[in-house]
Amino acid sequence: MNDKPERLIDKKGLRLDGRKSDELRPVKVQVGVISKADGSAYIEHGKNKILAGVYGPREVHPKHLALPDRTVLKCRYHMAPFSVQERKSPAPSRREIELSKVIRESLEPAIFMEYYPRTMIDIFIEVLQADGGTRCASITAAALALADSGIPMRDLVVACAAGKVDDTIVLDLMDTEDKMGSADVPVALMPNLNAITLLQMDGTLSTEEFESSVNLALEGCKQIYILQKEALRTKYVNVKEENKEEAEE
Amino acid sequence: MAAVITRVKQKQIEQLIAKGKRLDGRELTDYREIKIEQGIIERAEGSAKVLLGKTEVVVGTKIEMGDPFSDTPNEGVLTVNAELVPLASPGFEPGPPDENSIEIARIVDRGIRESKAIDLGKLCIEPGKKVFVVFVDVYVLNHDGNLIDASALAAMAALLNTKMAKYEVEDGEVKIKPGYEQLPIKKHPITVTCAKIGDKLVVDPWLEEEQVMDARISMAFDDDGNICAIQKGGRGYFEPKQVFEAAKIAKEKVEEMRKKLNW
Repeated sequence: MNDKPERLIDKKGLRLDGRKSDELRPVKVQVGVISKADGSAYIEHGKNKILAGVYGPREVHPKHLALPDRTVLKCRYHMAPFSVQERKSPAPSRREIELSKVIRESLEPAIFMEYYPRTMIDIFIEVLQADGGTRCASITAAALALADSGIPMRDLVVACAAGKVDDTIVLDLMDTEDKMGSADVPVALMPNLNAITLLQMDGTLSTEEFESSVNLALEGCKQIYILQKEALRTKYVNVKEENKEEAEE
Repeated sequence: MAAVITRVKQKQIEQLIAKGKRLDGRELTDYREIKIEQGIIERAEGSAKVLLGKTEVVVGTKIEMGDPFSDTPNEGVLTVNAELVPLASPGFEPGPPDENSIEIARIVDRGIRESKAIDLGKLCIEPGKKVFVVFVDVYVLNHDGNLIDASALAAMAALLNTKMAKYEVEDGEVKIKPGYEQLPIKKHPITVTCAKIGDKLVVDPWLEEEQVMDARISMAFDDDGNICAIQKGGRGYFEPKQVFEAAKIAKEKVEEMRKKLNW
């Protein structure tokens, strides 16, 4: 992990894991993976393995946080101690607190908050293994978990990062590229409303490079969105088939 | 950070902005008056107070010796912390930093860190063993909106004002020598925040505009006009073209401020 490769992109334009600059890592998503939760989803995005669970709308705790005109959305992004190379303390870090906030703000525009006054919706995200781009994968999974719970939504939310590595704008940075590259731009999108709900950046980019990074990230989002829809559909196809089998018995 | 705003005023602000005007008479892309005062806390290694309209932020820096991070053994350490002091707003409460103060601290941190504003390589005493740690403490003393820009500005002004002790290493012992030298600064990042209200972008939102806004976007630029940090915040969203428009506005504002500040 500590050996720094000289180049992150080889002469043929391929990246350390053999991807082209505009290629996503393999993404697998699954819906309804936690039977006790009101909604849940699991994502494998490259080596990232992340679970999201949704509880609610339910009673607000503590009670004084309740709002008379809308629900309270809470989000906890948390990394397992074993999810990274060096053990991470299980206590929430400042990074996790910030990410919990931006992830919540990326999902809130999609939810009809006013449908459930005086209630609370909890989103819990557990990163079991991290390999760069966990906030994006978390948003993709959390949005599916929300949809799975049946909470009315304006759109799904899907997220993907782009950035700059060895002077090339690349899609979906993995950990090494994120740490050694020159910029990372995570973007979350509501695809049908063409609305960006999360945007962050660190590194150095000219305004032109920034525009192409955002546009590339949006393309990545649209590709993952197809998988998101498919995962939701699969869940209901499976339910339908189970019911059919039961009826036949 | 909630404070109450009446529906009537909310409407008034929204309707005015839709017409390209603001309640306090500013243009949509105008900043409030900015006043910077450096060196106001003698006990601190560096300090600055920024007044952005009525928003008031004080930043003090301290420098101590400490351990380097294992992945950067040859570099000093930068630590940014923000306190939303309870006397600054009815919405602030005493206690450990909440998500809002952590977010402000991390945005300020990112601007300074990613632009490589401080020459951290020069803060190494003994590689892998001893380095200087620069503590930047952001203290919000009056909250009238746009704490991010005010804090980032105050932090940079305080760093420019920071002096560090001279030292020499003798048999592995660090000895402090008399006299001071300037903290090595390479870049001067400036952060500009735009709020989205209706379909308009508004620079430097004050408190009441923040309560009306859908979302905000903060962008830090380095001396070469490159973007070095971005943060979207708030419960709403931006269309892609609004993001690019915000980048254009922010870049212009940064250049304007850079000339005024001579940074």
